[in-house]
Amino acid sequence: MTTITTGGARPGATASPGPAAKAKARRDGHGMRGSTRTFWLFAGPFLAGLLLFVYVPVGWSFYLSLFQAQNTVTPTKFVGLDNYADILTEGPFTDSLWTFTLFALIVVPLTFVLALALALLVHRIRVARAFFRSVFFIPTACSYVVASMVWKLSIFNGVRFGLANTVLGWFGIEPVAWIGTVSPPWYWLVLVTVRLWLQLGFYMILFLAALQQIPKELYEAAWTDGARPGRQTFRHITLPQLRTTSVAVILLLLIAAYQAFDEFYNLLPNTPYARPPLVYLYYTALGQGQDFGHGSAGALVLSALITMVTLLQGRIFGFGKADS
Amino acid sequence: MATSSTTDVRGRPRAVSGRAGGVAVYTVAVVAALLFLVPFYLLIRNSLATDADITGTNWKFLPTELHWENIPELFNDPAVPMARSMWNSLVVGVLGTAGQLLVCSLAGYALARVPYRHANKIFYAVLATLMIPSAVTFVPSFVLVSSLGWVSSLQGLIVPGLFSGFTAFLFRQYFLGFPKELEEAARIDGLGSWGTYWRIVVPNSRGFFSAIAVITFITNWNAFLWPLVIGQDQSSWTVQVALSTFTTAQTVNIHELFLAATVSILPLVLVFLFLQRYLVEGVAHTGIKG
Repeated sequence: MTTITTGGARPGATASPGPAAKAKARRDGHGMRGSTRTFWLFAGPFLAGLLLFVYVPVGWSFYLSLFQAQNTVTPTKFVGLDNYADILTEGPFTDSLWTFTLFALIVVPLTFVLALALALLVHRIRVARAFFRSVFFIPTACSYVVASMVWKLSIFNGVRFGLANTVLGWFGIEPVAWIGTVSPPWYWLVLVTVRLWLQLGFYMILFLAALQQIPKELYEAAWTDGARPGRQTFRHITLPQLRTTSVAVILLLLIAAYQAFDEFYNLLPNTPYARPPLVYLYYTALGQGQDFGHGSAGALVLSALITMVTLLQGRIFGFGKADS
Repeated sequence: MATSSTTDVRGRPRAVSGRAGGVAVYTVAVVAALLFLVPFYLLIRNSLATDADITGTNWKFLPTELHWENIPELFNDPAVPMARSMWNSLVVGVLGTAGQLLVCSLAGYALARVPYRHANKIFYAVLATLMIPSAVTFVPSFVLVSSLGWVSSLQGLIVPGLFSGFTAFLFRQYFLGFPKELEEAARIDGLGSWGTYWRIVVPNSRGFFSAIAVITFITNWNAFLWPLVIGQDQSSWTVQVALSTFTTAQTVNIHELFLAATVSILPLVLVFLFLQRYLVEGVAHTGIKG
C-alpha cells in the first residue's frame, strides 16, 4: 500500500477557503497555457501514434483503393471506383462475406447461449466453484494457433487415429475426413468447436460478473410474489438484469467473428471455400500478387460494414446508455 | 451438503429444487469440465510421446510411456528456432504491454482530468478509431511499416500496437472515477502534474494497471495476424508464427510440434493460475465497458 501524505496538506488547507476555490486558484495559477501544455505532454505521444498508425494507414488505404496498385504502394494508374466494383462483383470477396455471415450466424448465438449456461452453472455451484471457473476460463490462455493444431492434428484428424474418429470407431462408424472434404462440410464443425472452446470462458466471466451484481432482493421479492424459481425468475429477473452485458457480449462476439483469421488460416489450406474476409484480404494483398488496390478496397468495405453494424446495434439496443 | 437445499440459511429460494437438481448441476459441470480439459490433455500427451504413439494405427487415450527426452530434443533441433521465437514473443509481450500501458494511461489521464479546450473533439477522434478493428487495417499498416523499413523487426512488431484507442478509452473511464481529493492533496503538497501522476495516481491504481497489463500481455502473446504479416524473416518470428509455420513443414516431428505448443502456452497458463484475480476483474471490466 502507498501512504498518501494528506496530513501534510492540512496547514496549507487552512489558508484556502474551500475545494472549489482551491481548484479555481490552481487553474488560474497555471493558466490556460499551462494545462494545455500538460494535456499535450500527456496525450501527445498517444495521439501522434494514433495519427500515424491508424489515421494515416486508413487514409493511405483509401488512396490505394482508387489505384491499380500491384506490387507497389506508390501507384500511378488511377482507376476510380473500379477496385470496389471488382471485389463487390467478382466473387471471392463477396463469398468471404457470406462465409463470415454464416460463421457469425452459427457462432454468435451458440457462444452466447453456452457462455450464459456455463455462467449460470458456475454461479449455482457452491463447492469447488473456483476450480470449475478456472477450468472453463483457462482455454482463453491458448492461442488459436495452438488450438487449431490440436484440433487439426489430434482431434479432427481425418485418419483413423484422430480422437473423433477413434470415438466414432467405437460405434462402428467409418472415419470422417473432417477438414478434407467439402460435402458434407464437416469443416464447419471443426471451425466452430475450436472457437467455442477458446472463447466460451471469456464470455462466461462477463456473464458471471453480471450475475453477481444482480441484487438478491429481486429474487426474494419474486419469491414472495409467488414466482417460481427457475424458468420464471430467469425470464423476468435474470435476463432483463443481464441486458447491458448481453448487448456488450453480442457486439464483442460479432466483431470477433468479423476478425476471424487465425483458425481459418491454420485449419484450412488456402482453399477457395470457407475464406472469411481477413483471410481473403491477406492472400490478396500480401500473397503472390501483392494487390494493394483490391486489398485496400476490401479493407475499407469491411471497416464500413463493421462501423455500420456497431452503430446499428447501438441504435437498436441503446448500447452504452447504462454506462453513462 | 450445499447441493441439496432448496432454500439457503436465510430461507431464500434457490433455483435448484431438491437433491436431484444439485446432482444434475454437478454432473453437467463435471462432464463440461472434462470436455474442456481434453485438448490440454492431448497437448501434454502428444508432447511426451513418440510419433509412432501419436499416429499409430491403434490409437490409445493413455500413452504407453513418457518420453522426457523430447524436451532437450526440441530445444536442440536447429530446424526449430523455438528458443528464439519464445524470446521474441517475450520481448514483444513485455515491451508492448509496458509501452501500451504508459502511452495509453497518460492519454486516458489527460482526457479525463486535464482541462483543455479541444479535449472533447480529441476524445471523439479517439472513439472513432474503436470502430475500426486493428485487424482490418493490416494491409495499409503493412504498407506504412514497410515504408518505414520495419518489416521483420521488433519495432515493427511492437510500435504499431502501442496506440490502442480502446485501452486509452478504458483508462479515461477509470480515471474519471479516481478520487479527486488525492490529486488535490498532492497539488497542495507542491507536486506538479507529472509528480501527481507518478507518485499519487499510478501507485493508487495498481489494481487497474495490473488487470490491463495482464490482458494486454495475453493479447500480445497470442497475437498472430500482425506478427505473421510483419515477421517475414525467421529471426523475427514470434512463437505463434513459428508454430503455424511448423504445422505445414514436413521436416518437423509431430511430437516436437506438440511439445513446442505446450511450451508456448506454459507462460500464459502460469499467468492465469497466479494472477486469476486481476484477470477476472480485468475481463469483467474491459468486457462490460467495451
